[in-house]
Amino acid sequence: MKRVIVVGNGMVGYKFCEKFVAQPDSNGFEILVFGEEPRPAYDRVHLSEYFENQDAEALEMAPRSWYESQGIKLITNERVTDIHRASKKVTTSKDLHYKYDYLVLATGSAPFVPNIDGIEKKGVFVYRTIEDLEDMLAYAETLKTDKEETIKAAVLGGGLLGLEAAKAVLDMGFEPHVVEFAPKLMPRQLDTRGSKVLQEKIESLGIKVHLSKATNKILGKGAITGMQFGEYDKIDVEMLVVSAGIRPRDELGKTCHLEMGVRGGIVVNNRMQTSDPEIYAIGEVALFNQMIYGLVAPGYDMAEVAVQQILGNPDVLMEDNIDMSTKLKLIGVDVASYGEPFMPVEKGYSIVYENKTRNLYKRINVSHDGKSLLGGILVGDASDYNMLHQIYLNGLPIPEEAEELIIGGRGEGGSSFGSVMDIPDVAQVCSCESVTKGDICCSITEGGCNNLGDVIAKTKATTGCGGCKPMVVDLVNETLKSQGKEVKETVCEHFAFNRQELYDLIKINKVKDYDEALNLFGEGHGCETCKPVVASIFASIHMETPNRQVAIQDTNDRFLANIQRNGTYSVVPRVPGGEITPDKLIVIGEVAKKYDLYTKITGGQRIDLFGAQLHELPLIWKDLIDAGFESGHAYGKSLRTVKSCVGSTWCRYGMHESVTFAIEIENRYRGLRSPHKLKGGVSGCIRECAEARGKDFGLIAVEGGWNLYVCGNGGATPKHAVLFAEQLDDETAIKYLDRFLMYYIRTAGPLVRTAPWLDKLEGGIDYLRQVIIEDSLGIAEELEKEMQGLINKYECEWKQAIEDPNMLKRFKHFVNSDDTDDNLVFVPMRDQKMPKAWV
Amino acid sequence: MQDFLEQYQTVLEHEVATWFKVGSVSDFPENSGACIKYKTKQIAVYNYTRMGKWYACQNMCPHKMENVLALGMIGDKDGIPKVACPMHKKNFSLEDGSNLGGEDYKIATYPVKIEEGNVYIGFVD
Ligand code: SRM
Ligand SMILES: Cc1cc2nc3c(=O)[nH]c(=O)nc-3n(C[C@H](O)[C@H](O)[C@H](O)COP(=O)(O)OP(=O)(O)OC[C@H]3O[C@@H](n4cnc5c(N)ncnc54)[C@H](O)[C@@H]3O)c2cc1C
Ligand code: SF4
Ligand code: FES
Repeated sequence: MKRVIVVGNGMVGYKFCEKFVAQPDSNGFEILVFGEEPRPAYDRVHLSEYFENQDAEALEMAPRSWYESQGIKLITNERVTDIHRASKKVTTSKDLHYKYDYLVLATGSAPFVPNIDGIEKKGVFVYRTIEDLEDMLAYAETLKTDKEETIKAAVLGGGLLGLEAAKAVLDMGFEPHVVEFAPKLMPRQLDTRGSKVLQEKIESLGIKVHLSKATNKILGKGAITGMQFGEYDKIDVEMLVVSAGIRPRDELGKTCHLEMGVRGGIVVNNRMQTSDPEIYAIGEVALFNQMIYGLVAPGYDMAEVAVQQILGNPDVLMEDNIDMSTKLKLIGVDVASYGEPFMPVEKGYSIVYENKTRNLYKRINVSHDGKSLLGGILVGDASDYNMLHQIYLNGLPIPEEAEELIIGGRGEGGSSFGSVMDIPDVAQVCSCESVTKGDICCSITEGGCNNLGDVIAKTKATTGCGGCKPMVVDLVNETLKSQGKEVKETVCEHFAFNRQELYDLIKINKVKDYDEALNLFGEGHGCETCKPVVASIFASIHMETPNRQVAIQDTNDRFLANIQRNGTYSVVPRVPGGEITPDKLIVIGEVAKKYDLYTKITGGQRIDLFGAQLHELPLIWKDLIDAGFESGHAYGKSLRTVKSCVGSTWCRYGMHESVTFAIEIENRYRGLRSPHKLKGGVSGCIRECAEARGKDFGLIAVEGGWNLYVCGNGGATPKHAVLFAEQLDDETAIKYLDRFLMYYIRTAGPLVRTAPWLDKLEGGIDYLRQVIIEDSLGIAEELEKEMQGLINKYECEWKQAIEDPNMLKRFKHFVNSDDTDDNLVFVPMRDQKMPKAWV
Repeated sequence: MQDFLEQYQTVLEHEVATWFKVGSVSDFPENSGACIKYKTKQIAVYNYTRMGKWYACQNMCPHKMENVLALGMIGDKDGIPKVACPMHKKNFSLEDGSNLGGEDYKIATYPVKIEEGNVYIGFVD
């Protein structure tokens, strides 16, 4: 049995182990790993997530038990202090000696801390290990007082890591100040203009930026209170995170006289061997081609080479070209650079696109002959990064007008990239786990994978930094399609039907409840996707409220209220058309006061009361119902509001009584469940103060009646409703609305609003007119009848709930105690209250 | 918040020191969850009638530390019984508390015992 000793259990050291034991011929070896940190290797790339949940285990690359199960001996909390090359032994900090046949140095790097006067002061941190973060958090706690103003904290270094640290500081509730020596942010990856755009974006997040600053002193007595740049130039900060670059942890190499780089790092050849052929070095400690690569992907490649070399496959060598492309994973800011971000004129030319109003900057560098992409920069929108990166890596052909790569081709959705399927099979799509396009496609065509989840489980693609996810999704979908496996849109793994089919099946077969539907048409035990869909179908067929089949309702519907950030709920009574009497306003005010609720006028012309605890909901609703209110269904996929303007009742331009009509319509469709929420609007004239064209259905008063518009919405993808019919009288308008809504409810997919539904409807608006107005399918009467049936069955579900003691049982935090949730914390907010923010 | 989270550690049936009675079977809604209190802990209890099984886990979702898992919908993924957090729909196995979305969050689970129509949860303390 030969013994391999791995020094360092970081990301690359771990990857070495993983790759080693995966090899069939690794049996004759025993692996012994030493890690200086107290815990097994963890995902340093996602270190910042530790601020979110402080769950160290969640970051582990593999649990301790994995090492055991693989026969790897892992000794943590023990540093290797010496290497005795002649006797092939190492010594550890516990003064124990171990013999090796092969030695793998994966000692990584340490943050570089410049020698600044006062840098040893309390409150100065580096950002590399979980312990560093714990120390920062503990220190931050001591700083937080009841002082009004926010505490300032600085980050030294405006590179990739520095910006990530700044975001972490921001999330800790401090005011971050980034101090950079160079005249721009991310100096190594971005050109001046790109950097400028990034800076504006970063500043808009609340991060202050100080450029061209050489720090010459850390101020303060025992603890830091500020940083001094020039004589009169200083900032006050109470904490500092140093992120000024890395230095390889090469001390072992030095003491045992391996060949070293002038500025540090242990020199390796393309077999990852150091100057002693039995000693390998990989990861951030290894100096390859006179470079230290501060990224995981090259480290993982080095691990692979070392594994193969040790196992006797001398042909596997480290490639000379190492891809240093990077994408910043700061949430809220898109930045990426790939290939050659700057462009010496002798090699090619650059095309630059900048849009200051949208904080966008894109640059591509193209060879002189215009045939290949040499590199580029994306700031503000890096959604094209994966594709551009692949084009660069694989030398794929580019459009004749290279600028199309950044400004997009002409016309609809204009992709100038071609299809993801055009990239070669050998193209590396996931560089963290070295997964090629071929690996992904083959896992489907030959490996039996049937969906994204299978592919990820099999290939490990996307499990590193996750940057390749969009591309992997595209590849999986395209490959499935080409296999004819484009499984039709089904509700989820439990029902192999789409919503419309399921709607028909349940209706025709007179299915009674969810379980019966699952037994008849599905398999397994259901999930949070299919349950609400089936609940909505039952509601659309029978107008049943969520009180009948409670267990299949989405949490909001189950408690007839919207769950809020801290697990409390909101209460929204219906205020049809936005019209409300002073008496009712007073009731809302009184109820809010009685239960100490935060109140706000919503965007839907009514009043939302926030911060109610579960057990208070029935009490609040009892008070409201006694005063004549009913549920506003703000929690359901159902009719929300019909917004109105004041119309001819008061307005000097009004053509018809828009308020009256809005109230009539809102009351007509209240409680109506649908595939997605439904909103309406009624405006008294073409000035359109009710924003009716931003709604699923809108009516605008004109000479001679109402113009009816359908299929609009606001939200993430705003769409104006399109003119459907003109100059309708009240009766006809309602007839068309009944038919239109019922037709939508019957045929739309789950969570598809009217606008995307119309987009997909073959024949579009003309076809819709034929069905609804000309009755081309001969179903118009049926649609009207069905709708009238639903309207007749309407009942206020809150009234139902508070009148039935059995239904009331669900509004209690604990089954076995009358206590309430004692973890709720509210903080004051402009004379009201709000939940304590998430950390 | 972290202290709150740390008090939740998976308990295996053979480790149980206290079987704590939390109510009768009929106190727990069918095919969904409800929350009980034990000392400072909040435990979500699921009466999974469709599978004929009972499960219990911490009520606190490790994602944003909210006490909400009892309110989540239950179901299965590839046959593994699971709960979906109502806040952001993270999925956890009710068998072992692992995260089914491949993310890092996981939750502690507790053994449940039904005797003479009463529901008991097992704790080590
Ligand atoms: C309270 C309110 C914001 C406010 O304080 O004004 C609000 C709050 C929420 N909106 Fe909204 N929306 C509110 C008016 C709007 C409006 C304005 C309007 O209706 O005129 C819009 C744009 C119009 C539209 O819908 O087309 C709007 C577009 C959305 C969307 C995007 C819908 C889309 O199709 O893109 C969502 C997300 C979704 O539904 O999937 C959403 C979702 C939400 C949710 C449900 C998010 C959530 O899951 O918790 C919020 C629930 C809060 C609660 O607990 O009550 N909200 N939301 C408004 C309640 C109106 C009401 O009285 O019922
Ligand atoms: C906050 C942060 C964000 C990052 N983001 C990205 C990113 O988005 N993309 C990217 O590609 N890279 C990123 N990186 C860099 C990436 O984490 C490193 O490239 C990677 O961790 C290097 O792995 P390694 O194993 O070489 O070194 P390390 O992970 O540092 O592991 C070395 C280990 O060896 C131990 N050790 C050292 N000397 C000894 C000894 N004598 N005896 C025993 N043990 C010893 C150390 O304690 C350490 O645990 C980021 C780094 C940080 C800190
Ligand atoms: S816009 Fe977003 S944050 Fe604001 S209420 Fe609507 S969903 Fe919530
Ligand atoms: S709080 Fe549970 S998923 Fe976010």
